Amino acid sequence: MTVTDQAPAGRHVGRPLRRKEDPRLLAGRARYIDDITLPGTLWAAFVRSPEAHARILSVDKSAALERAGVHAVFVGEDLADLAGPLPLAWVPPGVEVNNPEHWPLARGAVKHVGDPVAVVIGEDRYAVVDAAADVVVDYEPLPAVTDPELALKGAPFVHEQFATNETHRWSLGGGDLDAGFAEADVVVERRVVNHRTAGAPMEPRGVLADYRAGTLTLWSSTQVPHFLRLFLAILLGMSEERVRVIAPEVGGGFGSKLQVYGEEVLAAWASRKLGQPVKWIETRSENLAVTHQGRDQIDYVKIGAKRDGTLTALHVQIIADLGAYNMLLTPAIPALGAFVMSGVYRIPAVQTDIVGVFTNKCPTDAIRGAGRPEATHLIEVTMDQLAHELGMDRLELRRRNFIPKDQFPAEVAFGIVYDSGDYEKTLEKLLEHVDLDAFRREQEELRARGVYRGIGFSTYTEICGLAPTRAVGPQGFGNQAGFWESAMVRVHNTGAVTAYTGASPHGQGHETTFAQIVADRLGVDPEVVEIVHGDTATGPEGRNTYGSRSLAVGGEALARCAVKIADKARAIVAHKLEAAPEDIELVDDRFVVRGSPDRGMTLAEVAGAAYLNEVPEGMEPGLETTTFWDPDNFVFPFGAHACIVDVDPETGKVTVQRYVAVDDCGHAINPLVIDGQVHGGIAHAIGQALYEQVQYDDRGQLVTGTFVNYGLPTASELPSFETDRTETPSPVNSLGVKGIGEAGTIAASPAVTNAVIDALRPLGVDYVNMPLSPMRIWDAIQGANREGGSQS
Amino acid sequence: MIPAEFDYTAPETLQEAISALAEGGEDAKLLAGGHSLLPLMKLRLAAPSLLVDIRRVAGLHGVERQNGDWRIGALTTHATLARSAQLGVVATVASTIADPQVRNRGTIGGSLAHGDAAADLPAAMLVCEAEVTLQGPGGQRSVAAADLFKDYLTTAVAPDEVLTEVRVPALDGWGHGHQKFNRRSEDWAMVGVCVVVKSNGGTCEDVRVGLTNMGPVPLRATAVEEALRGRDLTAESIAAAAEHAADGTNPPAELNATADYKRHLARVMTRRAIQQAVGG
Ligand SMILES: Cc1cc2nc3c(=O)[nH]c(=O)nc-3n(C[C@H](O)[C@H](O)[C@H](O)COP(=O)(O)OP(=O)(O)OC[C@H]3O[C@@H](n4cnc5c(N)ncnc54)[C@H](O)[C@@H]3O)c2cc1C
Repeated sequence: MTVTDQAPAGRHVGRPLRRKEDPRLLAGRARYIDDITLPGTLWAAFVRSPEAHARILSVDKSAALERAGVHAVFVGEDLADLAGPLPLAWVPPGVEVNNPEHWPLARGAVKHVGDPVAVVIGEDRYAVVDAAADVVVDYEPLPAVTDPELALKGAPFVHEQFATNETHRWSLGGGDLDAGFAEADVVVERRVVNHRTAGAPMEPRGVLADYRAGTLTLWSSTQVPHFLRLFLAILLGMSEERVRVIAPEVGGGFGSKLQVYGEEVLAAWASRKLGQPVKWIETRSENLAVTHQGRDQIDYVKIGAKRDGTLTALHVQIIADLGAYNMLLTPAIPALGAFVMSGVYRIPAVQTDIVGVFTNKCPTDAIRGAGRPEATHLIEVTMDQLAHELGMDRLELRRRNFIPKDQFPAEVAFGIVYDSGDYEKTLEKLLEHVDLDAFRREQEELRARGVYRGIGFSTYTEICGLAPTRAVGPQGFGNQAGFWESAMVRVHNTGAVTAYTGASPHGQGHETTFAQIVADRLGVDPEVVEIVHGDTATGPEGRNTYGSRSLAVGGEALARCAVKIADKARAIVAHKLEAAPEDIELVDDRFVVRGSPDRGMTLAEVAGAAYLNEVPEGMEPGLETTTFWDPDNFVFPFGAHACIVDVDPETGKVTVQRYVAVDDCGHAINPLVIDGQVHGGIAHAIGQALYEQVQYDDRGQLVTGTFVNYGLPTASELPSFETDRTETPSPVNSLGVKGIGEAGTIAASPAVTNAVIDALRPLGVDYVNMPLSPMRIWDAIQGANREGGSQS
Repeated sequence: MIPAEFDYTAPETLQEAISALAEGGEDAKLLAGGHSLLPLMKLRLAAPSLLVDIRRVAGLHGVERQNGDWRIGALTTHATLARSAQLGVVATVASTIADPQVRNRGTIGGSLAHGDAAADLPAAMLVCEAEVTLQGPGGQRSVAAADLFKDYLTTAVAPDEVLTEVRVPALDGWGHGHQKFNRRSEDWAMVGVCVVVKSNGGTCEDVRVGLTNMGPVPLRATAVEEALRGRDLTAESIAAAAEHAADGTNPPAELNATADYKRHLARVMTRRAIQQAVGG
């Protein structure tokens, strides 16, 4: 790991610049897929399975084909010329993953409600929906399984050919577990359920494919245009340079658009087949039924500690419900949690054992945090349980086990090396905002009046900045890709800058933060730095946006690229002003000769010289360059969160009164953007903890198919978040940055859960799993009343 | 999210609307605020062949006092009701319906004609002992709120009738309370309770308690009313009466609430609503 020059406090970096993207977003001038129309566009509508598991006996297209304007109806068998099924990109060395073929349209059988059976393509957006209703599918229903623990016991099997519902097993561990538990004075075990959630982006998915004259242009509401181009080329048997994928404005993804979806492949295939553009816009009901979902784990947690609170061992058995198919990264997601299973603690022995399970449900894959929220939840909830068992203060237990700041870079039991951290500092800062003594007094007083108030904490770290290729690529964790990022900077004649990034933002604010980074390095205003992204035909190859990687990998690539331009600019200035290149420095908006600040050139003047070829002997004209950067390590943001809730003991309803978050994502490029990410991240996790849950009945019918019953929270359910920061730079990149897109989501659900349990303890409730719905809490209180005390 | 094909007409007068409905036959439907009908159509749970949009029909809007009654036009929106504090419990209940968008579009006539078991206004109509006016090809009739709601999504409004107005007796001098239990603030009621109380020197002269979503239609909690009428209004008497809130009810279980839990909620919400009504 190299420690490169730390970022100087820049003129623009560090400032709460308002987001450059917001005016167009707020004024409704952004261009999403549904705003793009091409002449002659045909519309697609899918016929989806109402059955959770069934054989397809026949499909009668005739009535649909008779409708005016319908051009074609296709079923799975019509797509025989595809080069292969939809991809699974995780091939872990030495691990067998049962991987059924998964096609854009089902072949022979359907495996979950919403599985596409046929597609109708026609001239009119409305008529194709009517025609889809005319397609008659004869199903032979088969028994379905939705409970992963039942599924592991045996038949019915989601995929008969494997004669098991187990997809794979994967473990990560280090240290002597048996010795650790033998040494423990206290062992606490919990069954922690982390239920299934939906990504629910504001903009559902959508795709527009235009195949003409041997070239495919495909617009998709995706997080990963470059991955999509590669797989479209492979599956359609096209040469990669003939495929262009554009991610226009993307209205949120939360991981659910880190995917290569059957609808995308199908639209491209159909456009080629029919010779016309083909467009599909997902409905909200489809989004809640078939866009990949997240979480859905049952975690058996066992933690050991000495009387004084020193942790000795942690074992976690994860049962991961993967749904009906493996999608791009499905089985790899729970494994990401294993990478942070030590949390912010020194634990001599840690072992995570994962078993993946097929069920007749929508596939799961990455949703904001992807494995790390589940890990953090189980660790932080279990720490509270352990503290109670030890009769120890919850924060004292945490402090006793924090990895001390002088031990960074810190290697945890299973070999992962945390780049930097100062866990005491974030906790201390949190406690400056939350007066614990005052809270306890208030809590007492309120209880006397029948109001049950509780406080919960979460001290977390997470692994992001995905990722060093040697660690996660084919030779490491087993993803079949490199995880570097690219950048290209082009200075125009006037000194305006266009910078291309391989990251592919979908709401995060890169156009602002990346412009700040470039602006500081080139001495220009961020206003004249345009960040271009999301188009495979412009800029270099890219690896796109997920895993809180954009800034730590893509931003760093861009910073390095801008430094190369600045170096060339210095050489040109030295040449023009007859000075030594080492003597040229950037002061505000001019490259000047050290010691004579009146002698210098602006970037515009440098660009003028570069394009008039007034450059040193042997140097190329122009002012443009490309950089690829692969990090040496991940980055590990961390922080301390506190949540205060009131629980109505009569109804079980929880209201969040206060939420305070102190996060450390290294150097802050833009505090306003960080706050925005933290707010959204916490909202996401409060949503999971209290309101959101994808639910199927035991026959596999989805019962949360609309926002009436899938409880996405709104502003009314959320408190005004209080945020603060510490800045512990990462040594992994020159910017000193980590990631913040997922941190809030990773940190918050245990803080909420611990707060609810804190409120409920006087009522005899010691533990309760999410979602903390009123009835579940009421049931827990009733249960405690019946048992006359604790259940632990 | 695309409805099946339908025809559309927007008459200017009540007579035209009634004729259009009659000519459209079985599958013709009135359209008011559209916030119950259009979602059903988009989910393809309803597929009317003709929509008769009555929003241009004059004379169906507004709130006015006529002697001892409030006369509320069928097209009066929830938002207007919520702003009309003089309506007492009706205004309070209307202010808890969904979110501002829904309140700005949804109408009292639509809500009452539709008869959703979880809708908030029907129970308020029961406790106010309101009356609706229906106009059909055969003329005009009045139906008491108690006779309006028949079963799930089934009301006394005939397919060829238009609900034109609602008459709500002004409960001058009565106190009111309303408790709506839901998970998110804009959710439908898991259980709702509205109460009007007339008290005289701390004694309950009269009380009416309406329950939402405790059965296929809104209910009066008569056992609670009987337990309280003529009694001193104390915390104890209120709590004791509220224990009867779920007597005789058979509420449907739903996604995150069993029937037992809903009965429990009805008791808690009833106690709170009465307390609120007596200013406690
Ligand atoms: C997201 C959402 C949340 C909601 N939450 C709630 C809630 O919490 N509480 C609540 O009470 N409601 C709720 N609603 C329903 C809302 O209040 C509706 O507006 C109302 O139930 C129906 O009124 P409308 O004017 O929209 O009727 P429409 O949808 O136009 O019509 C409904 C039905 O009534 C018939 N109809 C309409 N007007 C008349 C008339 N004058 N005479 C005869 N028949 C007529 C129509 O033919 C149709 O069958 C919600 C709606 C939405 C979309």
